[in-house]
Amino acid sequence: MTAYVLQRLIQSILVLLAVSIVVFLAVYGIGDPIELLVPPQVSAAERAAMIRRLGLDLPVLQQYLVFLGNALKGDLGRSFVHGVPAVDLILARLPATFELVLLAMSLAAVVGIPLGLLAGLNPESRPSRAIMAGTVLGFSLPSFWKGMMLVLLFSVALGWLPTAGRGETVSVLGIQTSLLTLDGLKHLVLPALNLAIPNMALMIKLVAAGTSEAMTQDYVKYARAKGVRPKRVVGRHVLRNILIPVVTVAGMEFGSLVAFSTITETVFAWPGMGKLLIDSIYQLDRPVIVAYVMLATLLFVAVNFLVDILYAALDPRVKLTGEMV
Amino acid sequence: MNPSKSGAAIVASYADTPLRKKVLRRIRNRPTTRGAAILLGILVLLAVLAPVIAPQNPHDLASLSVMDNRLAPGSESINGMTYWLGTDAQGRDMLSAILYGLRTSLLVGLSSTVGALAIGVAAGLVAAQFGGVIDAAIMRVVDFMLGFPSILIALVLLASIGRGVDKVIIAIILVQWAQYARLMRAAALVERRKEYIEAAVNFGLPTRHIMLAHLLPNSIGSVLVVSTISIAGAITLEATLSFLGVGVPVTQPSLGLLIANGFEFLLSGEYWIAVFPGIALVLLIISLNLVGDRLRRSFNVRGS
Amino acid sequence: MTSPLLEVRGLKTVFHDLKGAWPAVDGVDLIVEPGEILGLVGESGSGKSVTGFSLVQLIDAPGEVVAGDVMFKGEDLRRASEERMRNLRGDRIAMIFQDPLMTLNPVLSIGEQMCEAILEHRTVSRQEALKEAANALARVGIPSPEARLKQFPHEFSGGMRQRVAIATALLNKPDLIIADEPTTALDVTIQSQILFEVQKLSRETGAAVLWITHDLAVIAELADRVAVMYAGRIVETGTVDDVLDHPRHPYTLGLLGSSAAAIAPGERLRQINGMAPSINSRPSGCPFRPRCERALAICSEVDPSPQSDREHSYRCHNPVPEGSTP
Repeated sequence: MTAYVLQRLIQSILVLLAVSIVVFLAVYGIGDPIELLVPPQVSAAERAAMIRRLGLDLPVLQQYLVFLGNALKGDLGRSFVHGVPAVDLILARLPATFELVLLAMSLAAVVGIPLGLLAGLNPESRPSRAIMAGTVLGFSLPSFWKGMMLVLLFSVALGWLPTAGRGETVSVLGIQTSLLTLDGLKHLVLPALNLAIPNMALMIKLVAAGTSEAMTQDYVKYARAKGVRPKRVVGRHVLRNILIPVVTVAGMEFGSLVAFSTITETVFAWPGMGKLLIDSIYQLDRPVIVAYVMLATLLFVAVNFLVDILYAALDPRVKLTGEMV
Repeated sequence: MNPSKSGAAIVASYADTPLRKKVLRRIRNRPTTRGAAILLGILVLLAVLAPVIAPQNPHDLASLSVMDNRLAPGSESINGMTYWLGTDAQGRDMLSAILYGLRTSLLVGLSSTVGALAIGVAAGLVAAQFGGVIDAAIMRVVDFMLGFPSILIALVLLASIGRGVDKVIIAIILVQWAQYARLMRAAALVERRKEYIEAAVNFGLPTRHIMLAHLLPNSIGSVLVVSTISIAGAITLEATLSFLGVGVPVTQPSLGLLIANGFEFLLSGEYWIAVFPGIALVLLIISLNLVGDRLRRSFNVRGS
Repeated sequence: MTSPLLEVRGLKTVFHDLKGAWPAVDGVDLIVEPGEILGLVGESGSGKSVTGFSLVQLIDAPGEVVAGDVMFKGEDLRRASEERMRNLRGDRIAMIFQDPLMTLNPVLSIGEQMCEAILEHRTVSRQEALKEAANALARVGIPSPEARLKQFPHEFSGGMRQRVAIATALLNKPDLIIADEPTTALDVTIQSQILFEVQKLSRETGAAVLWITHDLAVIAELADRVAVMYAGRIVETGTVDDVLDHPRHPYTLGLLGSSAAAIAPGERLRQINGMAPSINSRPSGCPFRPRCERALAICSEVDPSPQSDREHSYRCHNPVPEGSTP
């Protein structure tokens, strides 16, 4: 177990290092950041002083090492636009994105698992076929298009829900949340649903495939031969087996939910870190882009690690050893 | 007791139990994809013929009249032309814009898929053929790429190189080649274990010849089949990037950009600017998916 | 004579496909007396496993039981409701499956999988159920049963898992145990240990056993009576001594000849010519006719009816003469 954790830790550090190099080269290496930093009217001397102060006159390798050293201290640069540390800017937006992602994940599980069971237990029935057709749409339709349709239906046509923003928030332990006010929840429903749809489809597909496969297994027939009630056969024998891939995939999808929240947050003007990323791309606010990528990677790595541990806890056959690749 | 029964007699005796009907329904139930294939054909044809059949050239700013901006579907222009699908904020005929947008979307989807295929197939083939350090290096990069959500990679790349049709294509190639590399490597590894390759190796045929004349043609099938669905993925990604404002330039709007332009007018009830290109995009994506899925099933290829 | 525990008449189970409904079990008659061990023997594809599952109505689509009576303690199981069948399964009729590696749920503990067999049929506390489960494990020779209950299937060997399955079958003191090739996947030494256990437990608890196997040697060692199955029907049945010592059906004779245990040392093993017909290519007349050395002209015309000679019955137009030994 300790060997495994250690190995994963080293692996994670390598991934973060690789990402830092790629992102540094992509964002700082291409184009000249000084163009953005200095107003054109400043004198050449001031300009040179600025370049020196920012370390932009150093060789690329040295610049990278400075960047890396600062990153280790939690300093990923200052936003060109807002003039505050990029990390602070992102962390301030983190709660909004998190509540969106968490609600979307719960929605996907709460809706996806029962529908997947239904479709997997009785694949020929009309509702099951409708569900499976729905998953194809859920997967293949672009996220922004679904968001637009949700707005068109629930906000424009029916007038039930607001189209943009986060609504009223309350502070819990210093973190602003929309989850606890009615107005906040109203604002949260559509973006969360939009973000959840592809995940819901994935859940349904996974659970349906797992269920129909598990139902043909000997252990299910054996449970039935023991006189186990159908409810328990499905709810315990089948579900317990399906839970393993479901939890694993749900965890791994956390990263793509965070990434896809950029689209949903743009459609619904949700003030999360995804919206911040898009805004920063418009304004060429490079430190914020870099900081976003670094923090997102850190998040993915941490979540994947947790998923592995959870996987081992769920499947008695899995022992975490250092030998895994 | 029972007189002997031949197979045919047995068929008749239980031909109508309810369970039998259910079983047969299950065997026969296959979604029809012919409609999707026809739809896809029509959409491709429309895109190809756009310059011929579009009532207006939406890229030619001189032919637009700002007076005609945001007209509802069916309105007439000052010079007597009917805007069947209305006009956008610049007074552009939506029907023409959609036909040209379809063209841009398909162009980006196809060329990025071809590019990603070329790179991915080459990388997968090399990894499978040479193994060892080369294989490990290529697959590490592939794993690294696939470990990140595609939208994020594309966004960051476009943030540093700027927008443009060519740049979007590059971004999509960068996102998609890795999955082809992995598929190709897996298929080529299976193929390499077959005896005819062994025979070719023992025969002393040059490695290049074995790779290009034997390994490539015999293992590329499954990769090509998967790539049909990936065209839909590429088109979706392009539309998304353009919707976010980092994709194609305003001078050459794709369906995604048209939708983005119309989005702000959605709330004021001028739905047609966003909804009609949206419908075109969705029809394109769904038909590509259905046709691709059908191909995958009939060739029995598992997706990545 | 007391009424039999299980009486099966004309049982027929078909499998549907596009071309038709093919009978895997084609008019099977069986009788199991209380407390006895009946061996059901046949080649793979003869329909013996399907027969076992048909008895407890555990046939899934595209299979379907379409005809026959299954009288269990005077009750017709073919007309019983699904809930009634669920109450009987695992309680009055227990089953043991062929592959012990596949039948236990890999992610549930042994204790949970044993206890559910009790708790789904009786209202006892969980503690009580765990104690019963531990006793049952001890009875089939598993050491430190309490600790074993907390473990998962992958921590057990194949033989141990099959002992778990036997212990589970015994939990509710069933009247009948249907065992579908339970020793086929095991080593020979473990197989004979398990046969010995089953025989002993059957005597102790009074449970009748329907033992499904392809191995006549197992039948000879274990069973009181035997039914030989071929192409979906019983071709010969009687006491083990009658059938194995004086087979009347040429198929039984052939099976005996190809069984290593029945041959004198040094003698060549014989084999039955040809292959068992597949489910959708059964010949007309007697299904064994194409492989039979004793076939007559009538055999390709008329399917022979069962004829009986006291307890010993067989379906053959030209039976092996009485008194000849294999």
